[in-house]
Amino acid sequence: MELIRPGTQIEFMKKKNIAFALSIALIVLSLTSIFFLKGINYGIDFAGGTEVQVAFTDPVNTGDVRGAMDPIGLNNSIIQRIGAPDDHEFLIRTPMMNEASDDISQKIKGALEGAFGGEKVDIRRIDMVGSAVSKDLKQKGFLSLFYAGIGILIYIWWRFEFKFSLGAILALIHDVIITVGIFSLTGKEINLPVIAALLTIVGYSLNDTIVVFDRIRENLKKASGSFEFSSLLDNSISQTLSRTLLTSFTTLIVVLCLYLLGGSVIHDFAFALMVGIIVGTYSSIFIASPTLLIMSSGKK
Amino acid sequence: MNIFKLKGLLILLVIVVGLFFAAPTFFGGKEVPEGWIGPKEKIKLGLDLQGGMHLVLKVVSEKAVESRLTSIASDLKGQMISKRIHYKKVASQSPDLLLVELREPDDYDKLDALVLDGHPYLKEVDSSTKEGITTVTYKMTEQESASIREQAVAQALETIRNRIDQYGVSEPSIIPQGKDRIVLQLPGVTDPERAKKLIGKTAILEFKLVDEQHSLDDAVRGDVPAGSYVAYMKDAQKPILLKDKAVMTGDLLDDARVKIKTTYNEPYVAISFNREGARIFERVTSENVGSRLAILLDGKVSSAPVIREAISGGKAIIEGRFTLEEATDLAIVLRAGSLPAPVEILEERTVGPSLGQDSIHKGFVSIMIGGALVIIFMVVYYRFFGLLADLALVCNIVLILGILALFHAVLTLPGIAGIVLTIGMAVDANVIVYERIKEELRLGRTPKMAVEAGYKNALSTVLDANITTLIAAVVLFQFGTGPVRGFAVTLSIGILSSLFTVLVLCRWIIEWQVNYKKVERISI
Repeated sequence: MELIRPGTQIEFMKKKNIAFALSIALIVLSLTSIFFLKGINYGIDFAGGTEVQVAFTDPVNTGDVRGAMDPIGLNNSIIQRIGAPDDHEFLIRTPMMNEASDDISQKIKGALEGAFGGEKVDIRRIDMVGSAVSKDLKQKGFLSLFYAGIGILIYIWWRFEFKFSLGAILALIHDVIITVGIFSLTGKEINLPVIAALLTIVGYSLNDTIVVFDRIRENLKKASGSFEFSSLLDNSISQTLSRTLLTSFTTLIVVLCLYLLGGSVIHDFAFALMVGIIVGTYSSIFIASPTLLIMSSGKK
Repeated sequence: MNIFKLKGLLILLVIVVGLFFAAPTFFGGKEVPEGWIGPKEKIKLGLDLQGGMHLVLKVVSEKAVESRLTSIASDLKGQMISKRIHYKKVASQSPDLLLVELREPDDYDKLDALVLDGHPYLKEVDSSTKEGITTVTYKMTEQESASIREQAVAQALETIRNRIDQYGVSEPSIIPQGKDRIVLQLPGVTDPERAKKLIGKTAILEFKLVDEQHSLDDAVRGDVPAGSYVAYMKDAQKPILLKDKAVMTGDLLDDARVKIKTTYNEPYVAISFNREGARIFERVTSENVGSRLAILLDGKVSSAPVIREAISGGKAIIEGRFTLEEATDLAIVLRAGSLPAPVEILEERTVGPSLGQDSIHKGFVSIMIGGALVIIFMVVYYRFFGLLADLALVCNIVLILGILALFHAVLTLPGIAGIVLTIGMAVDANVIVYERIKEELRLGRTPKMAVEAGYKNALSTVLDANITTLIAAVVLFQFGTGPVRGFAVTLSIGILSSLFTVLVLCRWIIEWQVNYKKVERISI
């Protein structure tokens, strides 16, 4: 079976300006949302606070839960329904308290059991993160993104020429900004697993880019005499296109499975991966390679 | 035997060994059957899958320095009295200062000599005389306070370990982190509140005499006599006037057991002192027959019984309307000893058993359905070669599980996600090679040459592509904590094992096909 007919040459480079315009628009939108509009919705790993996941045996609505939290003065908590509608499952998140926060989860448990009856309430998960720990985690999370970037930059620099690594890193930054931007726009929480997903995207997006780059390098070696660099790029991308699409497709299938079937705990993680795979596939074709073209056009 | 066959045997061996270690895990919750000769250990599940509690505690070690200073202050008072130094006040001041107020400025030299001799770790930082009172301020040396803090953390770790051991948690992990933190992993803890109370209770047991000479009512109104203070009964919030000085403390305990009063079915804790404790207890009780002796736990009065006669033998009981659970836990903390400084909970993550089960189930379903879809797709697209890639995929999962079991790595929910992701990404290496072989075939090469050229040309691409993901995974492992670390682990193992299955296993089978079975045409 052939996904892309052999010998097909798609003129990607001619469309690079459209692609750049689209990418710049997405990045501007992302950055605007991150810095000026909605900001980043940090989850409790990074913002601190208490999060309780609770399941009820009987149908309960958000208002009932909020009502139950009234007596303990926590009715300003974020209360969210999660999972399938007949799971009657909720996520209750309260911000960091100044007082000793270790008994907040106990207070919530007590209030819910008081309102709905002890045997009807199942506390499934309690996460409490204090300010010292959340600060640590935030620092570590961002440092890990930074170090992964550096490590990859060095590796590509070693394996390819500098302009290649610049193209790859640009594509990476592009992917990470847009993914975080989409999290910001949709108001989804950025938690530790999402950072893990971002790192995976970094690795994955590069994976795609490298396959294309390898082919470009190979074709450059083979090429003799005068040739048009942009058509060499088109050729290389076209030759590897079916692989790029196939791999993205199989990876997307499994990530979609995780997203739909993996449960609430890794829902956002799978979402980040899904966005990252799509954006990463796009960027390896439309960002990384055109950057090479622009970098090379100066000297020739 | 030629090298090719030997290679095949080695590959088979690797996979069989992987299967060997992975096998126990396939039995899930059931026991591994009797006759199984291989390893019996299943893959360890993280707290997020098996349920349990993760706690990060901070030992407030400054408090240990403060309480040390308080006890130095009380020592110093006694020493000054015996040296006839007239002091007005001796008090510790947070975090590491000690103030002495002298009535006679002339006593300064005597005090200086006394401190230099008996308390060399105190350094004078300031002295001034105002209205006939000389105030001398001492500061504890950095070295001494650092060593007190260090000791407090070490002792807290030991005490908490004892408490957890006696509480009965299977395979707990209690490790220090940084300067003053303790990380606890308590699998299967179903009552997080009880566990937190048990771990966090300072559990300082003190015996203080009740001040019967002064009026309690006056004291409550604010006229507290010197050397006494108003405390409150634990259950009734009733005030009681106590002497400041503790006549005995819990560090002289030998044992503590839960007992149940036959008359009311009420649980209490029976304690016995060591020899020194028994001697002091006998002396205190014989000197104070008729007055009341209050028993305090972390500053709250549990009970204050009247001393009817001198008690020898070093036995006493603590009552206080406990539930059986409370009494049991109290006995545990008394046996394990008190914490040298209070602890704060910095982070708590508790997963109930129902959610853990749910996550395992959902993770398993994701692997099965995601895997099945990819397997079907590969067969449809690449036919025989797709089947081969599928074989590689299955071997891959077996190897990941085998390696996890072999190295006692912990499987978490993100770890399962890592396996699912590997399923999608592992076929990538095969796809790269296959697409390359296709191209080589199109150039008119024979199957044998096409396979050879395909692998040769694809090798660097496959390595480069996987090494970059590996870099990201290794960084994640370094910086990640808990469940996220599990993701880095399975992702890294998955990358390595997929390189093996694609570049070694699949290659061997394909070469066997084209070299030995002399396949004329390959469908790819």
